[in-house]
Amino acid sequence: MNDLKQKYLGQIADAADENALEAIRLAAVGKKGEVALKMRELGKMTPEERQVAGPALNALKDEINSALAAKKAGLADVALDARLREEWLDVTLPARERRQGTIHPISQVSEEVTAIFAEMGFSVAEGPRIDTDWYNFDALNIPGHHPARAEMDTFYMHRAEGDNRPPHVLRTHTSPVQIRSMEKMGAPLRIICPGGVYRADYDQTHTPMFHQVEGLAIDKDISMAHLKWVLEEFVKAYFEVDGVDLRFRASHFPFTEPSAEVDIRCSWEGGTLKVGEGDDWLEILGSGMVHPNVLKAGGIDPEAWQGFAFGMGIDRIAMLKYGVPDLRAFFDSDLRWLRHYGFSALDQPNLHGGLSR
Amino acid sequence: MKFTLSWLKDHLDTNASLDEIVYALTDLGLEVEGVEDRGARLRDFTIGYVQSAEKHPDADRLRVCQVETDEGVKQIICGAPNAREGITVVVAKPGVYVPGIDTTIGVGKIRGIESFGMMASEREMELSEEHDGIIELPSGEVGQSFVDWLAENDPAKVDPVIEIAITPNRPDALGVRGIARDLAARGLGKLKKRDVDAIEGTFPCPVTVTIEGDTLAQCPVFYGRLIRGVKNGPSPAWLQDALRAIGLRPISFLVDVTNFFTYDRNRPLHVFDADKIAGNALRLHRAKGGETLMGLDEKEYTFTEGMTLISDAEGVESIGGVMGGLASGCTEETTNVFIEAAYFDPVRTAYTGRALKINSDARYRFERGIDPAWTPYGIEHATRMILDRAGGEPSEVIVAGKIPDWDRAFKLDAARVQSLVGMDIPESEQRQTLTSLGFILEGNMAHVPSWRPDVQGEADLVEEVARIASLTKLKGKPLPRLSDGVPKPILLPLQRREAIARRTCAALGYNECVTYSFIDETSAKLFGGGQDATRLENPISSDMSHMRPALLPGLLRAAARNQARGFNDLALFEVGPAFHGGEPGEQHLLVSGLLVGRTGPKDVHGASRGVDVYDVKADAEAILAAIGAPAKTQILRGAAEWWHPGRHGKICLGPKKVLGIFGEVHPRVLAAMDVKGPAMAFTLWPAEVPMPRKSGASRGALNISDLQAVERDFAFVVDASVDALTLVNAAMGADKALIEDVRIFDEFIGGSLGEGKKSLALTVRMQPVAETLKDKDIEAVSAKVVEKVTKATGGTLRG
Repeated sequence: MNDLKQKYLGQIADAADENALEAIRLAAVGKKGEVALKMRELGKMTPEERQVAGPALNALKDEINSALAAKKAGLADVALDARLREEWLDVTLPARERRQGTIHPISQVSEEVTAIFAEMGFSVAEGPRIDTDWYNFDALNIPGHHPARAEMDTFYMHRAEGDNRPPHVLRTHTSPVQIRSMEKMGAPLRIICPGGVYRADYDQTHTPMFHQVEGLAIDKDISMAHLKWVLEEFVKAYFEVDGVDLRFRASHFPFTEPSAEVDIRCSWEGGTLKVGEGDDWLEILGSGMVHPNVLKAGGIDPEAWQGFAFGMGIDRIAMLKYGVPDLRAFFDSDLRWLRHYGFSALDQPNLHGGLSR
Repeated sequence: MKFTLSWLKDHLDTNASLDEIVYALTDLGLEVEGVEDRGARLRDFTIGYVQSAEKHPDADRLRVCQVETDEGVKQIICGAPNAREGITVVVAKPGVYVPGIDTTIGVGKIRGIESFGMMASEREMELSEEHDGIIELPSGEVGQSFVDWLAENDPAKVDPVIEIAITPNRPDALGVRGIARDLAARGLGKLKKRDVDAIEGTFPCPVTVTIEGDTLAQCPVFYGRLIRGVKNGPSPAWLQDALRAIGLRPISFLVDVTNFFTYDRNRPLHVFDADKIAGNALRLHRAKGGETLMGLDEKEYTFTEGMTLISDAEGVESIGGVMGGLASGCTEETTNVFIEAAYFDPVRTAYTGRALKINSDARYRFERGIDPAWTPYGIEHATRMILDRAGGEPSEVIVAGKIPDWDRAFKLDAARVQSLVGMDIPESEQRQTLTSLGFILEGNMAHVPSWRPDVQGEADLVEEVARIASLTKLKGKPLPRLSDGVPKPILLPLQRREAIARRTCAALGYNECVTYSFIDETSAKLFGGGQDATRLENPISSDMSHMRPALLPGLLRAAARNQARGFNDLALFEVGPAFHGGEPGEQHLLVSGLLVGRTGPKDVHGASRGVDVYDVKADAEAILAAIGAPAKTQILRGAAEWWHPGRHGKICLGPKKVLGIFGEVHPRVLAAMDVKGPAMAFTLWPAEVPMPRKSGASRGALNISDLQAVERDFAFVVDASVDALTLVNAAMGADKALIEDVRIFDEFIGGSLGEGKKSLALTVRMQPVAETLKDKDIEAVSAKVVEKVTKATGGTLRG
């Protein structure tokens, strides 16, 4: 028995490949192999002999099988290693091209603004881009002769012959959405209205279409102090700074009274804007307490309700935050610009993760 | 609005510094746009003394001067006739910039003799038009800065000029006095008394004035007075300096007087040469239409019906509130002057000015609203000034019409002011503020001063109190939440859908564009738009004349621009409104994507290929899936003519419910828009996708079987025109319970199959639910599949 063991373990160790190993297996532990033949002899033995020889043969069989399996695995390893040595790739070759899409800064910033104001309870209202002159002007306390009408460089829609209504306008601001929202929802009300607006002007800082976001809060006891807080919180959150000084400068808008233009403290070192520090002031928005005539136009009783409104340029705050130099490029769709200033599809702004990377 | 510091101080007695004044102005709502330090550019000019002046040996008019300067005696060649020994002069040494001639002085030779600088005239330093000779100063030390000398001896010349932006509601601040009043109310000094006594006329005014009955609404009152025997000529230096400092050109004294009061008091005046008033009678009337006048700006104007005109016996002499006429204007020779102080209606003035395209100081002020009550005082002030300088004898004042009623009062509700502003301003302070602005308080009723036409209600009182108190001092106060706890979501379903569509597009590799809402007529017409209803009346250019009927024209133009820059592989998209009409609300939200060129640059893996219809189909379907469109849709043909007729599909829920269209853009459209094609595109209508009816977030139970699914492949030969979807639907119908999915995996056209035939291969996946499928079950389903497909398509199973 010991001879058998020596013989086969030796052969297994020497086997050069899987075929040789299979031959050894058949010769040793196959149905007609030497170990099997020995097993058959067990029947002729006395029970005493059998009690010794049986377990021994079984042990021998196990041992040979284990050796076979181990050798087989070893051979496979060697073969795999040999194959892998041949399988070599130039991994410095470029990867397969994958298109990288982008989100336009106007969309991104609109979502940032929405996220911040949503947290303060403002919902998003929208309105038509073509509107009547009543919604765009009269309802906002800008009567026909008001100089602000001429100053707004309004685009007018064509009027068919015989149609004697005043021409519709391309809204010059998002403020008509205030009126429509008041009419629809009444008071109390908290909305922002982002969207495209139009004025007939074109140079480096003016394009005939640009984007604004309007804010409106109406309640029983809302004051300009609330407005200031809301804007302070907004500016801090939007520019992602811990503190910021806001300067409220008295101003005039027909639709608010009192009115204020709002500047933020900033510095312009080396052409880079830093918000919240420095000695410069940057005008970012107009605001005020909603004029009683505007509340009335929206069907809200100015004796019972009061509130504030503000408006700012989305493109403008996008330029300030992300350092975009030229407004006109926003609408030019230059691929290089879209890639450089665009945002990843997955960079969905939110307050818990941060607005920007 | 521009004014100098010293002009302001004519009205305001103040110790405040320039910085304090500038800060207060901006804070009060009179935003300072700039402060011009006029001394700054003359900083390098110094005072010198001419020791000797000798004739240039080679030029009769030139003198060789030896000039004492802070850097020793310098030789300067000078051509001024008054260059002579013993005068104190202003020297520009080499390196000094001389603004009046826009030159930096260098060392040079003039006719062979070296010159080390220049002696300057007033015009060369832009101090006046004076250029007859170099400046001779009555005093001054050699080496002293000329600016310092001016500050001491002639401060008006270097007075800082402040420019402020005036909001349309503040006509009173278009006069220096109004600005001073605001500053005084803020506590920056006291408003000076600047009244003049009324001047008795010595004879009746020979010029008569009438306002026609139908014109009283647009010119309710007219004050006039003749002064005879005046001597017109240049204005005194102080007046010339004041006007020049704010950018006005002095003309003649009589005209300068009117400009002075325009800026000093927001009181436009007009002066006629009385000898040129035909018939000694002026008549204010509405234009009939067609009258003409040569204006003071020497342009001819033609009037339309209703404009306010001032005519004499021979015709129109002046456009009321807008501009005087050239013929009756004052000149140096005028000896009898007729002064007009009238009140013209803002609305009418604005309309006339806009229609005639005249931007005059008078129009600017009348259309914002001057102080009607000050009209008679304006005449007296002007008379005083004219008499003092130009002499003459004043007539009595004649008046036509009457000063419109401006008196009105509003309730000051001190508590409401505090509630609106959110600042603790005591009632006494509120009343004090209003009083100092000229309001007269009777109990809690505040009577509005005549110079504040903008104050039209209680809210305006709040604004006055707030801005004088300073909004800068306002402290923010937290806005209470609408409800306790975690804020609720605020986006509407369609707003979320828009955001998801946008981000899905970007995730699919498209770059988002925002293009103009108006496009050119040709492009609009190519996409079914371009009608008059969507036409702009006043487009900024012909490229932007019509509201876009679709997003694709803008994207195609963007593609053309990028191709011109050498970028040919493009994936662009836009989400935004398109316009199907010109009424409010005739707009709809679209999502459009455009693929041009190849899927990527050519690459070592051979993966790059031209984009095709199946790319945009995949993307359109992915976006629709993302915004919740049902998985099962129909693909129909027959979309609009800007699609390739054979290479597009409408993704529909029924024949009329189109969720989206994908396909190749028609080559003719591409050619018209200069795009190198082919171009693949999709357009989706997010609002058309039905809103889900589910009421909770639960997904429902997942039913999956432990039993093995079986797949069988089939190939059918069908007519080439048969849609693959027909085969898929037929196969699906073979056993609705068992067949889970049918996928087309191969298409082969023509070849051995013969003309007009194609082979489509599909995999049918069967998912048993109850028990494992036996061969005979599979055979039965397969036979059914073959039967259904051949029946639906008229094709055959491929052997």
